[in-house]
Amino acid sequence: MPTRYSFGGDEHLFVECSDEMSLEAFFKSLSMAKGVRESRIRGVTEICPANASFQIKFDPDVIKPDDVLKEVQAIEGAAERAEPVIRTRIVEIPVFYSDPWTHETLMRFRERHQDPDGTDLDYAARINGYDAVADFVAAHSGSPWFVSMVGFVAGLPFMYQMVERQRQIEVPKYLRPRTDTPKLTVGHGGCFGCIYSVRGAGGYQMFGITPMPIFDPTQTTSYLRDFMVFFRPGDIVKFKPIDRDAYDQAVEDVDRGRFAPPIRDVSFDLREFQKGIAGYNTKLEGVLNGH
Amino acid sequence: MAINVLHHGLATTIQDLGRPGYFHLGIPIGGAMDRYAMRAANLLVGNDEGAAGLEAVFLGPKLEFTEDAVVAVTGADMPVKVDDVLQPGWTAFRVKAGQTLSFDFLKSGARIYIAVSGGIDVPEALGSRSTYPIGALGGYKGRALAAGDVLPVGQARAAGKGLTVDESLRRKPAEPAALRVLPGLYWDRLTDEAKQSFFADEWKVAPEADRMGYRFRGGRKLSFVDRDQPFGAGSDPSNIVDSCYPYGSIQVPGGTEPIILHRDAVSGGGYFMVGTVISADMDLIGQLQPHTPTRFVEVTMEEALAARAEEGKRLEALRTAIATSA
Repeated sequence: MPTRYSFGGDEHLFVECSDEMSLEAFFKSLSMAKGVRESRIRGVTEICPANASFQIKFDPDVIKPDDVLKEVQAIEGAAERAEPVIRTRIVEIPVFYSDPWTHETLMRFRERHQDPDGTDLDYAARINGYDAVADFVAAHSGSPWFVSMVGFVAGLPFMYQMVERQRQIEVPKYLRPRTDTPKLTVGHGGCFGCIYSVRGAGGYQMFGITPMPIFDPTQTTSYLRDFMVFFRPGDIVKFKPIDRDAYDQAVEDVDRGRFAPPIRDVSFDLREFQKGIAGYNTKLEGVLNGH
Repeated sequence: MAINVLHHGLATTIQDLGRPGYFHLGIPIGGAMDRYAMRAANLLVGNDEGAAGLEAVFLGPKLEFTEDAVVAVTGADMPVKVDDVLQPGWTAFRVKAGQTLSFDFLKSGARIYIAVSGGIDVPEALGSRSTYPIGALGGYKGRALAAGDVLPVGQARAAGKGLTVDESLRRKPAEPAALRVLPGLYWDRLTDEAKQSFFADEWKVAPEADRMGYRFRGGRKLSFVDRDQPFGAGSDPSNIVDSCYPYGSIQVPGGTEPIILHRDAVSGGGYFMVGTVISADMDLIGQLQPHTPTRFVEVTMEEALAARAEEGKRLEALRTAIATSA
């Protein structure tokens, strides 16, 4: 599908690389957003990458909307020819699946759910063809995810799992959004995973919780001192299932300033990935584990 | 110099002209919803236009001053009192140490802007003093004001009292309110009938209207062009693969109730958008009360830019008027 351009009022240009989600569309939007950033177009004040699209904010007192459009269209060709390779980082995020806090919350909002008699995990496992929740958790934590967008609210990552389309986990959002979601809930809606960076409203299915803060406006968390938001688009995430004891230990470590998420620099090549997804993901995991 | 908050009103927050540059991380620009009114209030008391002041919605706060200050209140029409003596709006007046600033009931509009000579001097967060409550960022401890808070005030410059903004330079929404919209984004998801009814119908501001977004009700439900939903978009015809949301963009979940995102917007999500309110009309939204009848008016990009230029001229005229009478 050709890239689609549309103005969002007189201050925004919206660029949709594809109307459906795929790693190719994500890479093209990331590559174009990077190209726009590097070309330093006069009057462009902000570039927001999203899953399969991105958005540019500009000052129409400095540059005419049509001129922004021309400059960005000129970048599209180069972005398409660019090597689909990014330098990024892979990070391991511990997740306590079926935790008591998201469980309490999902029970509280049960009448807003498609399946009032089960849990979100029961439901997600069943509609995605898994016999048991344990198998579903194994799939969720077994393959890495790309952070394909950061946003909605402060520092919240949208994540797209790095598996074949037929293996993508897909779940609908709650029938009516909840008014409450525990901070650091690991959720899923449509084909996207997320981590709720702050407590608040939400409509994604809730699978578990991570002890690892990802947004800290006080910047006192040891690994958030440089900047209050942890994630960046293009980060690769691997979930690691943990139990209650490990969760409690991690929370204590965070409080004492000694929690250090495993992070490794890594290069990702989309073509190599597509040649053999399972093997490529195993290699990525090897990098994470220091091999 | 400090201000003691005796009563917080309904939802009073510290705001300035916002925190640009972090929307790609989900942190919105924030700042005054009615930026023109905020700028005017600051100019009246001798501050930079971007100094921090207070934004109060529907109900004013009650504030006690520990030292003399020059104050101006702009925006909505809400009677201003200093120790129970009425003061004019859009005009600088003096408040003495120990006196209390309070307000009567709102007459029209929705938000007042209170500027104090020297500005509210809380620490900046990411380059701004604006309050972003969802992220517990900026403002006073990252939240709306509460009784008992003590607000630090910066060093005042020489500011005279009596400066005023002429009636001709104040801006108010028309009745019914008219918001100019550039169609676009996912506009073509709508049927021709829906494209027509969106602009033809009269809508009303819903009670769910805040700094994040304004919801509208009362128009006909919008119908969608049939399609197989793209992978990852979700099953409802109003769903899209989650994308960025422009400030001022109008999403219509389920095709029923349009929501205009404002200064504290969520930065993205999975609902299609029919277009965007033009930059010249964003301030007006901040002055709409629930139940206000509202029409969306279709404009072209040329008309949007012309309207923006006109608002630029109004701001220049305001600056000139205050500079020449100060």
